[in-house]
Amino acid sequence: MSSGVTNTTAHTALTARGLPAKRLRLATEEPDWVRWSLIAISIGFLTLFLLVPLLAVFAEALRKGLGPYFASFADPTALSAIRLTLLTAGIAVPANLVFGLAAAWAIAKFEFFGKSILITLIDLPFAISPVISGLIYVLLFGMRGWLGPWLSGHNVQIIFAVPGLVLATVFVTFPFVARELIPLMQEQGTEEEQAAAVLGASGWQILWRVTLPNVKWALLYGVILCNARAMGEFGAVSVVSGHIRGKTNTIPLHVEILYNEYNFVAAFAVASLLALLAIVTLAAKNVVESRIRRELQQTLEPSTAEA
Amino acid sequence: MQNSRQEKSGPAPRRYSERFLEIPHIFAEPIPFMCRLVVWRSALGVGLLAALSVLVGCNGAPAKTAGTGSASAVTLLNVSYDPTRELYAEFNEGFTKQWREQSGQVVTIEQSHGGAGKQARAVIDGLKADVLTLALSYDIDMIAEQSDLLPKDWQSRLPNNSSPYTTTIVFLVRRGNPKGIRDWGDLAKPGVQVITPNPKTSGGARLNYLAAWGWAERQPNGGQATARKLVTAIYKNVPVLDSGARGSTTTFVQRGIGDVLLTWENEAFLAVNELGRDKLEIIVPSSSILAEPPVTVVDKNAKAHGTREIAQAYLEYLYSPFGQRLAAKHYYRPTSPEHADPDDLKRFSKIEFFTVDEVFGGWRQAQKTHFDDGAIFDSIYTPGG
Repeated sequence: MSSGVTNTTAHTALTARGLPAKRLRLATEEPDWVRWSLIAISIGFLTLFLLVPLLAVFAEALRKGLGPYFASFADPTALSAIRLTLLTAGIAVPANLVFGLAAAWAIAKFEFFGKSILITLIDLPFAISPVISGLIYVLLFGMRGWLGPWLSGHNVQIIFAVPGLVLATVFVTFPFVARELIPLMQEQGTEEEQAAAVLGASGWQILWRVTLPNVKWALLYGVILCNARAMGEFGAVSVVSGHIRGKTNTIPLHVEILYNEYNFVAAFAVASLLALLAIVTLAAKNVVESRIRRELQQTLEPSTAEA
Repeated sequence: MQNSRQEKSGPAPRRYSERFLEIPHIFAEPIPFMCRLVVWRSALGVGLLAALSVLVGCNGAPAKTAGTGSASAVTLLNVSYDPTRELYAEFNEGFTKQWREQSGQVVTIEQSHGGAGKQARAVIDGLKADVLTLALSYDIDMIAEQSDLLPKDWQSRLPNNSSPYTTTIVFLVRRGNPKGIRDWGDLAKPGVQVITPNPKTSGGARLNYLAAWGWAERQPNGGQATARKLVTAIYKNVPVLDSGARGSTTTFVQRGIGDVLLTWENEAFLAVNELGRDKLEIIVPSSSILAEPPVTVVDKNAKAHGTREIAQAYLEYLYSPFGQRLAAKHYYRPTSPEHADPDDLKRFSKIEFFTVDEVFGGWRQAQKTHFDDGAIFDSIYTPGG
């Protein structure tokens, strides 16, 4: 709206000075052909690299019709892969939710020694390759690792079994919730918590009634991203899985196996499940994002009004 | 600052709000002391909860994997390499049925497939295999050497060096063989893209390498120097090293990369069958290496799971007429061809074999000279080179 207004004013001002209006444009505005070609390039790029592969997954999955498509999910090993994925995400996401909240709270609301180290540590899983994330657990819990022989003596199996998958998933999804919460919590400051404390609220009351409601959308956003990664993780999980069919294969690993067995319809059918998850994640992310923006605006409005 | 420190060591524990009201100047601090305490305590609690829930998650799960050795139903884990998927999918069904008839016991056979080197590594690291059906005796030697899972003389426990079937290395090319590849020497020609997996992780890849080397060494006027020259030239033509045989097949067939795929004979047949005779063609070189994929029981794991007897029966069944017929059906050369379907046998071309023992003095020696860190392969292959 406002730019349109300045535009016309500028035009009238310039035409008044006797300059031809046609060839005029503002210095901040690109010529039409630049704008359109930029738009075309980005749309073309998105279509080529995102939309077409996504459609290809569904096209390949449905190539032999709906029957074989759904039959791929009825296979016991596929069902077990789906169950295992839900289980690992079901453990990893709540664990990281609690951890992320605690870490974000500590980082955003307090000054303490080693804070920057903690922030760096939280980012660690983003920085290192998933293969390494898996290998550290092999080194730790493997038969030739530090704890492996002792665990084996007590008949506890960590890697090449479900606990290893859960640990690897927790590790790679570690930063998502905390990373979402820290900037928001820092922005919000500690005033409301202080007020609640002054009014006699206990620690838990402050958490449940002040802090959590303030960050709930950002928390949800972090959880959605965390969940998407937990279900989709391939590298770290592949290292610790052992690839036992029907037992330690998550959905992404199952897709790889099916593909390697020339079972393309089933591979893409199961892959389409992950693609669907991605689409749902994106939709949910958009909704939550707009809620966060609105909320942030509400918290910021009083201060901007003062300024 | 001074004040808050005094407060901290103050003797009488009071409600935080009380304390807060008494010392209003605490506001001077950027973060009020009281709030810091409250939140820290909660953060600690929440952190503990998180740790607990992770632990519960870990402790809850192994119950599922343990306790498989009961008398009525039993689980057997067969850790195998890439190209045996189809063979064992069918063999396991047959064995399950036979075992139920024979002993009344219901057996579930779990399969794990991957590059043979990688699989051996996983077993050493603690993958609880009851039986191994890997690509090379060397892989199992490694397990025997690096762990106490099975005795070092494992290979003498079953007939034919513990190999119920054999196979070899052949070439898979695009239909019509546009680059005119006929023998090992053609792979070194400039402009020929060769697809083979990484010898560090894949048993088949090591055989590919040794087959090329052995062929060159056995040529008239051949020797170590000519072999090295040929193998160096071949690996210059390799655009990508996958970690396993199946990965290389998909690279060649699905992604359409390369002019020739060096692969197991059975893998080549399978690829042609699954993906079309109109696209691919098998080329059999003048001579190639004899591969003897070995099988064995992992004594320690089988004992712990109570599966020793059934594991032994499982492997012996591979040598039975049923197992031999199935091996031939899935393009392995059976060690007792009389049990196989003659039509299946007709598919195998006559080929001159040489063995690892003949040319390289055994797997250990071959591994040491060619594939160990700093050995010949490392000096001739530079990624992307």
